[in-house]
Amino acid sequence: MSSDALTTSKAGSSSRRRPIALLLMSFRTFIALIVVFVFFGVTTPNFLDIPTLVIVAKHVAVNAILAIGMTFVILTAGIDLSVGSIVGISGMVAGTLLTRGVPLDLFGVTIFPNVVETIAISLGVGTCVGLINGLLITRLNVAPFIATLGTLYIARGAALLTSDGATFSNLVGNPNLGNTGFPFLGSGTVLGIPFSIVALVVFAAVAAYVAARTPFGRHVYAVGGNERAAALSGVRVNRIKIFAYMISGFCAAFAGLVIASELVAAHPASGETFELNAIAAAVLGGTSLSGGRGTIAGTLIGAFVIGVLSDGLVMLGVSSFWQMVIKGMVIIAAVVLDQMQRRMYRRFALEAQLG
Amino acid sequence: MTTSASPAHDVILRAEGVGKVFPGTIALQDVDFEVRRGAVNVLVGENGAGKSTLMKILAGATAPSTGRLVLRGAPVVFQSVRDAARQGIGIIYQELNLCPNLSVAENLSLIDPPTRFGFDIDGHRQVEKARALLARLEHPIDPNRLVDDLRVGQQQIVEIAKALAADVDVLIMDEPTSALSAAEVEILFKVIKDLKAHGVAIIYISHRLEEIMRLGDYITVLRDGRRQADALVKDISVDWIIERMVGSTGLVSQGKAGDLGANALTVVNVSLPRAAGGFLVDHVSFSVRTGEIVCLYGLLGAGRSELFECLMGLQPQALGRIEVGGKDITRLSVAARISQGLVLVPEDRQRDGLVQTLSVRANLTLASLRRFTRLFSLNGTKERSEARDMIRRMTIKVSSPEVEVTALSGGNQQKVVIGKSLMTDPSVILLDEPSRGVDVGAKAEIFKVMRQLSEAGLAVIFSTSDLKEALGYADRIIVMSRGKVAADYRRDEASEATLVEASTAAFPAQERLVS
Repeated sequence: MSSDALTTSKAGSSSRRRPIALLLMSFRTFIALIVVFVFFGVTTPNFLDIPTLVIVAKHVAVNAILAIGMTFVILTAGIDLSVGSIVGISGMVAGTLLTRGVPLDLFGVTIFPNVVETIAISLGVGTCVGLINGLLITRLNVAPFIATLGTLYIARGAALLTSDGATFSNLVGNPNLGNTGFPFLGSGTVLGIPFSIVALVVFAAVAAYVAARTPFGRHVYAVGGNERAAALSGVRVNRIKIFAYMISGFCAAFAGLVIASELVAAHPASGETFELNAIAAAVLGGTSLSGGRGTIAGTLIGAFVIGVLSDGLVMLGVSSFWQMVIKGMVIIAAVVLDQMQRRMYRRFALEAQLG
Repeated sequence: MTTSASPAHDVILRAEGVGKVFPGTIALQDVDFEVRRGAVNVLVGENGAGKSTLMKILAGATAPSTGRLVLRGAPVVFQSVRDAARQGIGIIYQELNLCPNLSVAENLSLIDPPTRFGFDIDGHRQVEKARALLARLEHPIDPNRLVDDLRVGQQQIVEIAKALAADVDVLIMDEPTSALSAAEVEILFKVIKDLKAHGVAIIYISHRLEEIMRLGDYITVLRDGRRQADALVKDISVDWIIERMVGSTGLVSQGKAGDLGANALTVVNVSLPRAAGGFLVDHVSFSVRTGEIVCLYGLLGAGRSELFECLMGLQPQALGRIEVGGKDITRLSVAARISQGLVLVPEDRQRDGLVQTLSVRANLTLASLRRFTRLFSLNGTKERSEARDMIRRMTIKVSSPEVEVTALSGGNQQKVVIGKSLMTDPSVILLDEPSRGVDVGAKAEIFKVMRQLSEAGLAVIFSTSDLKEALGYADRIIVMSRGKVAADYRRDEASEATLVEASTAAFPAQERLVS
């Protein structure tokens, strides 16, 4: 009798311990974020001051917006390497339209779209690159890695061609042409909050809602989790994938506009290797590269961990070479922990079944 | 039920209290199994009885969760298939494991090719070695031919030769005859006799009971992951095997369906051309009425799954006409067919049925999300409550709808897939081998649900290769053989004998080996 009671109490305590271990594991990225904040808060003077935090958040915003789009693509078990180039080309499109306009040689006139139109056209170009990615992958059966590697080069080349490699500077517009106001994206504020941070909040909120609460979002998860089963359930797999790449293209184009606006200049090499930062943020946030697993909130936290880490290390005076080493180690550690969590989860499920 | 051990054959390999647990299911429990030298040790059991798992453990492909293996009197732990092979255990899987891009000779010396100076592959000796092996099997296939260019039967011969290439003491054969023609089967039997004479222990797994009676020396019956019985083959009959395999929980025939309604599904001349010529589905026509349960009976490869895929719109090359409720759906997409009331529960639920990363709830509602959508937004409350209703209706054993679907047992996963199809409000439901890999209790529940559905006015079509299921649960049985409809019986016209005969009707002599 007494030994019986003993074993049950033992079983009870261990079953209580398991969820705690699992809980810690599932919040590991969030815990990592708190750790980096505390670490830099202690080691770096003024790190937790509001102005510093605002600067960090502005830096994070661009990468986070890219990573949000990337998350949709990775959830479908794809990858989008072209986002960095889309950042470049969307800025160059805006720069061209603001400084050169659209020359209509036939009529001997040049049309200058206003800033809203300019932004819309740039976003459209980015979304179109995403559409091309999607069509290549679904209609022509090109592997996502290859298709977007191709468009990475094509879009970068196109960005360089628009100006022959030159930078469009001083993108403030001309009151006579009615195209002023572009710098607002990068340096404007809404109720005292920098516009790019507001934009990030809006992007994140909409994306989180779409992923979790709409049929499209559910279909994205289903396609990434098991494409065949999704197709058999009537999910239009190709359409879902194309939309995912278009979302990614749109997010990248927006990020490109924010960067061009912050600098008040469009540089054709802008956004190089940004795709890797975006993938890193998504993976750090728990998105599985094999598809079907991940959340927008996770990606957001992942982007903040990377952003806080790199800004904090700069303020600490760590050399940029060491920064790269540290960033790489953090990414690998994140994935290793992710695998450990999966194994833990599976083992607990097995044990629970055995009783 | 213990074997009267024959002194002629000593035990070379023994499994003692072996068990295997997978997430969601217990595949094998406390099984003892003796493998005797110079004899054919037969392993039988229904689908999902644990044969494949036991075989994989013996071959080192997977480690047992409990119990141990004893080889030549000493306990062993196999690290891998290669490790087991080094210790003299060979295996021929049911699915072929050859590299189609390599030649026969290269496949036969894949692991350990003959070399000059230890690294330069000696192509000449490799070919000679292959030629010798194939000659031993009386099958002079040109060793330089690509495996891809061989017929399936010939590939099977190569597979056997590959197992013989390593000197084996124990050879495991998992349904080696399922892809062979009659002539090839004879050759295989001769090879087996030859191996026996050389003292090799054969573990033979098959569904074909006549073969077992002809070939076997010892027989072990598995049921639901446990050892049910074992005996000497000469002491027993086919009936004895069936009784042990199926047990007293035999399927009880269900009551006759109510009145049949109008035609729910009409299939006219549906064909699926095969890439290599001929047809996988060969001009199939039939119709099913509302309230009717029709069984599509046939052997492996009869074209049942392919027919279902044609009906569901998964085969773009399919020909013919398909009507649901009098409406032509031949040109429609999968999604449109679902909204017309047709739905498929696929054979392979892991590959085609479930999204493993999603919860039970999300899997259940995946095909019917439109029902829960207002404007752009999913109505979470409604989704959850309907998912809960379906869990209750299908008696899915799960603690919460939010549990990941992979945590469920095979039978409960199958119920989730069926539940998902029911949530689309179908008028015709196709179930491809619904009882595959499902335990006996869940099997009975699944067939009970099918009867309820037919009583509610659905047309139910299920496929099976199990005679008892065909005779026990269907109102009508359509027999398929080699892609054709071989027979169409009402239940009272059909018997085991007529079904077996019809299902092999298309086989005779036409399929002799051409090498």
